[in-house]
Amino acid sequence: MTRPDADQTTPEVIVRPGKRVEFLDRASYRQRRMRDAARILPVFAAIMMVLPLMWPRGSEGQSLTSNGMLYLFGLWFVLVVLAFAVSRVLRTGAAEDGTGQVRE
Amino acid sequence: MISFNLLVLVSLGYVVFLFLVAFYAERRAARGQSGWLRSSSIYTLSLSIYCTAWTFYGAVGYAARSGLEFLTIYLGPTLVMIGWWWLLRKLVRIGRSQRLTSIADLISSRFGKSTVLGGMVTVLAIVGTTPYIALQLQSVTQSIGVFAAGSGEVWEASDFNGAAMWVAIGLAVFTVLFGTRNLDANERHHGIVLAIAVESVVKLVALLAVGVFVVWGIAGGIGPTLALIDASPQATWAPQPSRWVGLIFVSGAAFLCLPRMFQVLVVENSDERHLSTAGWAFPAYLLLMSLFVVPIAVVGLDIMPEGANPDLFVVTLPLMQGREGLAILAFLGGFSSATSMVIVATLALATMVSNHIVVPSWLNSRTPGAMVSGDVRDVVVVSRRVSIAVIMALGYIYFRLSGGGTALAAIGLVSFAGVIQVLPAMVGGVVWRGANRWGAGAGLSVGFLVWGWTQFLPSFGVDAALSRAVFDVGPFGIGWLRPLALFGIEGMDPLVHAVFWSMFLNTGAFVVVSILTFPNPLERLQGAQFVNVFDYSSGARTWSQSAAQAEDLLVMAQRILGGAEAQGLFQAEAQAQGKAGFLPDVTPEFIGKLERELSGSVGAATAHAMIGQLTEGQMVSVDDLIAVADETAQIMEYSNRLEAKSAEQERTARALQEANDKLTAVSIQKDAFLSQISHELRTPMTSIRSFSDILRDGEVEDDARKRFAGIIHDETNRLTRLLDDLLDLGVLESGQVQLNMGSGTLEDILDRAVMASGVDQDALTISRRRPNEAVEVYTDTERLAQVFINLISNAAKYAVAETPTLKIIVRQLGGRRVVDFVDNGPGIPAESQSMIFEKFSRLEDEGKAGGAGLGLAICRQIMGTLGGDVTYVPAQGGAAFRVTLPEAQSLAAQ
Repeated sequence: MTRPDADQTTPEVIVRPGKRVEFLDRASYRQRRMRDAARILPVFAAIMMVLPLMWPRGSEGQSLTSNGMLYLFGLWFVLVVLAFAVSRVLRTGAAEDGTGQVRE
Repeated sequence: MISFNLLVLVSLGYVVFLFLVAFYAERRAARGQSGWLRSSSIYTLSLSIYCTAWTFYGAVGYAARSGLEFLTIYLGPTLVMIGWWWLLRKLVRIGRSQRLTSIADLISSRFGKSTVLGGMVTVLAIVGTTPYIALQLQSVTQSIGVFAAGSGEVWEASDFNGAAMWVAIGLAVFTVLFGTRNLDANERHHGIVLAIAVESVVKLVALLAVGVFVVWGIAGGIGPTLALIDASPQATWAPQPSRWVGLIFVSGAAFLCLPRMFQVLVVENSDERHLSTAGWAFPAYLLLMSLFVVPIAVVGLDIMPEGANPDLFVVTLPLMQGREGLAILAFLGGFSSATSMVIVATLALATMVSNHIVVPSWLNSRTPGAMVSGDVRDVVVVSRRVSIAVIMALGYIYFRLSGGGTALAAIGLVSFAGVIQVLPAMVGGVVWRGANRWGAGAGLSVGFLVWGWTQFLPSFGVDAALSRAVFDVGPFGIGWLRPLALFGIEGMDPLVHAVFWSMFLNTGAFVVVSILTFPNPLERLQGAQFVNVFDYSSGARTWSQSAAQAEDLLVMAQRILGGAEAQGLFQAEAQAQGKAGFLPDVTPEFIGKLERELSGSVGAATAHAMIGQLTEGQMVSVDDLIAVADETAQIMEYSNRLEAKSAEQERTARALQEANDKLTAVSIQKDAFLSQISHELRTPMTSIRSFSDILRDGEVEDDARKRFAGIIHDETNRLTRLLDDLLDLGVLESGQVQLNMGSGTLEDILDRAVMASGVDQDALTISRRRPNEAVEVYTDTERLAQVFINLISNAAKYAVAETPTLKIIVRQLGGRRVVDFVDNGPGIPAESQSMIFEKFSRLEDEGKAGGAGLGLAICRQIMGTLGGDVTYVPAQGGAAFRVTLPEAQSLAAQ
């Protein structure tokens, strides 16, 4: 049997402003991860753009301009799609975490 | 072949159309209907001024000469745009919060509103951009020349020059008309932006149309086109790693540093969120622009006669195939590319020249301390218009001097490598608080010199700007200074060589000098504002106490902002300070705000200097900075305290609310009690009166008389008990109670209490643990017994179980001796628990309780007087009262 406390007062909780929030709800958490995606995307893009420098170029058939073109435009298209996906999710998030503009 | 006159007519019609578009946008904006003019699609399209005639014509030429390498010029900006979260977002935010007018303003403002740095960046931008403007003029005239040749006219050099001059004049007029309408460079130029957005659609459609025609109209589909590529001189692609990486870097950096790009990216940005759209849409635009470049180049190389200029394939291919409409569309596309770039570049440069060179010199030329007289607006506007004309003239002169012979792409890259010398100062300035103006100045100078020596001067060719001897053995025979082999490192690609050394030495000088020197307070303030822009909402103060008069400030502000606007600003501020009229108090905050407003018109450095004249140079000092930091800390602490206080007040309010509820309930119960007590008094009184009446009248039988007298006696007892209780409570409450201290064991006291309560052992089983009760207490035992009696009789009254039991438990709890009285009745509902110790309170007003609801109130009073307490303990399976014995007494008992 738990002993009841006759004098029950609610414990004081003072939330201090400006403190970092440790744990977020799902929506905010998703926003944070999308920002991570937005940061990592150009790094990934840069690596993929430099990749053709490492292609084997032993024979004529291995270094065709047409192949390079297909690769680079394909990559470009994928990057546009990825950036589009990220921006769709990030767009709404910009305002709600304080990065929204405060106009004078 | 189409007639040359038709082409001129179409071009003129197109120009008129652009003027109308710009007028329309300005009209809409003036009427406040700027809604879709600020949309993200317009923003994205306006970015496409990155694609100039160099893209439209030059990319094909580039691809014809070097294959896929031309793509690097568009892959760099793609990287920057999809990485907008890293840098662009910050730049745009800074641009808005500091009301930046140009990239020179960014550098100047970041490094302590330095006029010198602003001027340096301006000069660098002019040197880097003039060739580029010349390039645009050249491409337009060359394409006109193609049509002229087609219609049988033979163009002499003078004809080209004349055409170039007319184009330059037309562009200057357009820029003056729509670029200098309002002085505030920070305001959006809706007319220009809409016009270039339209032009960007035209050039995209034109290039795609030519591409589709070439692939499906000439080559015969995608497969044959790829086969044609594999059979062309550019069939193999073996990128040179240093060039590939270097060019991607150069183009990405130039995308950020080009004055015209900064203008559309940052200055004309009306909403930060547009960046997220542009982040994918602009790369998509670039992709489409580059998609057909290689096919056009390859097909051109295949079917055009030997020696044809590949830079003009976009126009000459459709012309040769007899597609005149398509050729005119292609011409308009090239025309659009060239003109939109020239307009924005000129506007951006003119703003820089006027804000960082002309106005500061004009201010300097006056005697220091003297008040600025005359209308500054006129000076600024005129200087901006003149600058536009001069820059356009410079471009034209460069065009005349260069003779139009160089391949277009070469000039483009030289220009790019020049403007990116701003990059270290710019990026360093927004991410590193330690960057200062000495470092920025050193970096810019070194970078500019190295670029000039290794790339700009050599670009004119051997024996043009530099003699062959310099190329071969270095200046004055100093071998390690050879322009194409700095420090004796030979064999690097010239472009990579120049970019590497200029950026390396630039960044090195910037970092080292920044580390070794000390910034002034204003720089430190601005540094914090730039680097931590997301933490500050608006500018911190840059002035300490001021001697300036509000009236002087208003006079000056009117000269720059114009009467109505300045008065509105002052009035709003006065109102915010709670004053009527136009003259607010001159606080440092207000001066800071005013300075930001002015800097939107004339740039940060000039605004700062002009305010400095009035405030007698009382700028912020290191002490002020520290004071501001302290103030911030104090404000934070204060706000924390406020927060705590407000929580406390909330708690107090809650307590008050509870007290109020209690009072209300008590008052209601008191009313109930009064009616109750009158009832209680009335009932016995009535029976006493009626029975005594009967007795007085006599004639009553003996046993009946006895019974009546008994009733009268009982009723009188009941009345006495009630009055005793009331008196007892009165005495206890007044605190005038006499205590008869004595010792006794709890066991004895409880025995007495059980006895005195007169509880029938069959009606209520009382369970006790006598060993625990052998505790000696020193207190008023009579009073304590009274409390116990009350509690026991309460239990007897209310424990309405089948076999009512009362447990009396004595124990030690937290150093105090407590006696619990726990019955197995229904207990007391939670909402009544706070009320039961109040006077006159009774749970139900059924008369069965027989008391007046004073028992528990008396108990509490007694225990309070004795120094102990009695409380109700909820959730014990019935009503449970805990008597806490007085501390000293229980101690004494041990």
